[in-house]
Amino acid sequence: MSPMQAPIPQPKPEETMKGFTLPRESINESKKVLAVTPKLCATNLNFYYGSFQALHGISMQVYENRVTAFIGPSGCGKSTFLRTLNRMYETIRSSRVEGEVQLDGEDIFKLEVSALRRRVGMVFQRPNPFPKSIFDNIAYGPRINGSIGASGIKDHVEQSLRRAALWDEVKDKLHASAYGLSGGQQQRLCIARALAVNPEVLLLDEPCSALDPIATAKIEDLIFQLKDSCTIVIVTHNMQQAARVADYTGFFLMGKLVEFDNTTVIFKNPARKETEDYITGRFG
Amino acid sequence: MAAPSTPALDARPEGRASAFWQRLRSGDDIAYVITMTCAFTVLAVTALLVFELYLNSALPRQKFGWSFLATSVWDPVAGEFGALPFIYGTVVTSAVALILAVPLGVGAAIFLAELAPARISNALTFLIELLAAVPSVIYGLLGIFILVPGLISLEPAIRAVLGWTPLFSGPFYGVSMLSASVVLVVMIIPFIISISREVILAVPNEQREGALALGATRWESTWDVVLPFAKKGIMGSIFLALARSLGETMAVTMVIGNDPKIHGSLFAPGYSIAAVIANEFAEATDALHQGALIELALVLFGLTIVINGVARVLVLSTNTKGST
Amino acid sequence: MLSFRRKAMNAVMLSLTGVCTLVAVGVLLFILGYLFIHGGISLTWDFFTQLPKPVGEPGGGMANALLGSAKLLMIAMLIGVPIGFLGGVYLAEFGGSSFSFVVRYTTDLLNGVPSIVIGIFAYTLLVLPQKHFSTLSGGLALGVMMIPIAIRSSEDFLRAVPLSLREGSMALGASKARSILTVVIPAAKSGLITGIMLNLARVAGETAPLLFTSFSNRFWSPGWEQPTAALPVMIYTYAISPYADWHQQAWSAGFVLLMLVLAINITARAILSKGGHVAR
Repeated sequence: MSPMQAPIPQPKPEETMKGFTLPRESINESKKVLAVTPKLCATNLNFYYGSFQALHGISMQVYENRVTAFIGPSGCGKSTFLRTLNRMYETIRSSRVEGEVQLDGEDIFKLEVSALRRRVGMVFQRPNPFPKSIFDNIAYGPRINGSIGASGIKDHVEQSLRRAALWDEVKDKLHASAYGLSGGQQQRLCIARALAVNPEVLLLDEPCSALDPIATAKIEDLIFQLKDSCTIVIVTHNMQQAARVADYTGFFLMGKLVEFDNTTVIFKNPARKETEDYITGRFG
Repeated sequence: MAAPSTPALDARPEGRASAFWQRLRSGDDIAYVITMTCAFTVLAVTALLVFELYLNSALPRQKFGWSFLATSVWDPVAGEFGALPFIYGTVVTSAVALILAVPLGVGAAIFLAELAPARISNALTFLIELLAAVPSVIYGLLGIFILVPGLISLEPAIRAVLGWTPLFSGPFYGVSMLSASVVLVVMIIPFIISISREVILAVPNEQREGALALGATRWESTWDVVLPFAKKGIMGSIFLALARSLGETMAVTMVIGNDPKIHGSLFAPGYSIAAVIANEFAEATDALHQGALIELALVLFGLTIVINGVARVLVLSTNTKGST
Repeated sequence: MLSFRRKAMNAVMLSLTGVCTLVAVGVLLFILGYLFIHGGISLTWDFFTQLPKPVGEPGGGMANALLGSAKLLMIAMLIGVPIGFLGGVYLAEFGGSSFSFVVRYTTDLLNGVPSIVIGIFAYTLLVLPQKHFSTLSGGLALGVMMIPIAIRSSEDFLRAVPLSLREGSMALGASKARSILTVVIPAAKSGLITGIMLNLARVAGETAPLLFTSFSNRFWSPGWEQPTAALPVMIYTYAISPYADWHQQAWSAGFVLLMLVLAINITARAILSKGGHVAR
């Protein structure tokens, strides 16, 4: 099913807070009824760079096996928030977080950070393959985790490349340098690399902003296929992309989460004026 | 009266001569010629240097030919000259120095580039770079009066741990290949640290983040991703350090023992090319002796040129795409 | 959960890097400290004013070596600075051709030549034909060493001057030469001066090329055609001698030389960091 068709009607977020809820509208028999469970839950999150407060009281939920998009103008905090979900901000010295984020009910700030990042993977804005072969790039994560024995690595690499829709293009040159690939291929390589550790959540930070439209389309198809096995959170500065791929969309403005809802609601019938102004291009 | 004409146009005479004088007055051509001549001087000096070295080593080159490089006898009295003991001493002390200096230097560079906060990193790097400014003769001074006695007192310990290898056998009198190697370590470490640190700092942050995002620890991201990315530049710094250590004269002369023989052990004294030139040149009266020393200088010259060339290629070719 | 092995490896290796840094910095501080204690404290006024005494007699100083070093550096600067500076101007302002590439390559080549080989070069040029050691030949050796360093640093600092300054001057009608003289060079002046200072500090400590050019001298060296004492050479000679008194003087001389070199280095860095342009 391509992302260009209308997304499956989903229940409103408030209704699922209590757990399992039947969808409001009927669904194809061929599709299993998926209960929507919260995978990541942020409560009153504040974030500071030094003395500057970048995020104000963010509270929201990311649902399992769904694609959630964050949109908003430059500097609104959407990438900053994304990076708190796998504690990537910790590489910056003056950063500080207040509030709570839970992954399946566990406080992520109490987890071992390497273990957290194994479960919550990330793909960056510009492709960043390591100076290794294609094979070694993918194998890196499983190798350091020791989760897969040496004998199983080859199959695992193939599986990850297939999941990222890159296998056919690279199967004959697995040991060539990753830098020989095109930009779009490199980004799919990074996605395959992130998938190789079997993350439960995949965070995508503007993954297509450095890519041409064809490569972008390939990755959007990929996102749609991946969400069955993975929870996806994508930050994008391209609203149309959010409309194409996401089930839920959050609109950020000046460090605050202004509105969060089904994508169809955000784009067709936003509740807040700021959202509507952004969607209709009155500012950006 | 006709429209006023520009006086300059009227006054200027015809022809190329006038154009020439105008340019001369503006000074551009003079500046070009003068500065170009100075730039050319470098070429002239270098060519002259090679020429003089070659010319003045004609005697031994005719007499010994290529076997000069393979003979291990150095006997000025008998007129027998062979470069092998000095090549051995130069290469071995530099190699041992590198083996010790590289882990120490790259380790410090990692700390300064990855772990230390910026201000501390800059301050410490400044101090370490001051080490590079200390003259060689002062390292020699410290070598004679501190390092050598220090090594003498450490000798039992070293022998206990490493005495089983032929590298650490035989009597030890302080001045030795080992002392020279250790002095060289101190002298070349600032270069390794300074350049490696810059190269590591230049590795794009996305590489580190890519590894961390996969669940790697800080050390794993540094070792598995950052260092391979910076590999060429670090190798370049090592070659640069090697080139410097090959040419080091004073500090080595003062602690190496000045024995023109090849002993297998690091505890034994030795000699380096630069050291023998420093010690014997001023008093080398007969032409063959002097020529042999100049031929040694030619060998050293060639060696450092090659190593420096490799170093430059490596350091310059570290691009942001990494070293694969 | 992260395995204990990985956690341990992380902690151990990262701490080791800190240890390496401590060792490197520690060595420097040790050198400074030891030289100060051994050489600085026992420094007397005699050191700066007296000639060396004959072997066996206590006392004396290194006044001739201080003057000798000063004279050598003067010649070196006269040779190295103009050629190096103007060559750097060429590379920065008129460069771009393959000739410039060859010049730069050769400059780096010459820079990498061990100082003792440069000493032999000066020997063959001056000492051999003249059949005696001289201050001039020593100065020549040091001057030749200064040239490549001066070219590179001048070029770097001149290049760092923004193109807009040059264009602004030429747009007002000034010729290229005039622009360079009146606009570019003044703009780069702090860098150029510090470049000369660092260059000087580097050759001030050189010993090897002097061993058979300016040789040495127990007395004053009038004029430029006689062998002369120089500070680093005295340190070497005294250090390898068997006399404790001379060893002590070597320490004092070492302290003076080190202080001089470090003072110039630190001052130059300070000027550079204030000025903004730090070229390598």
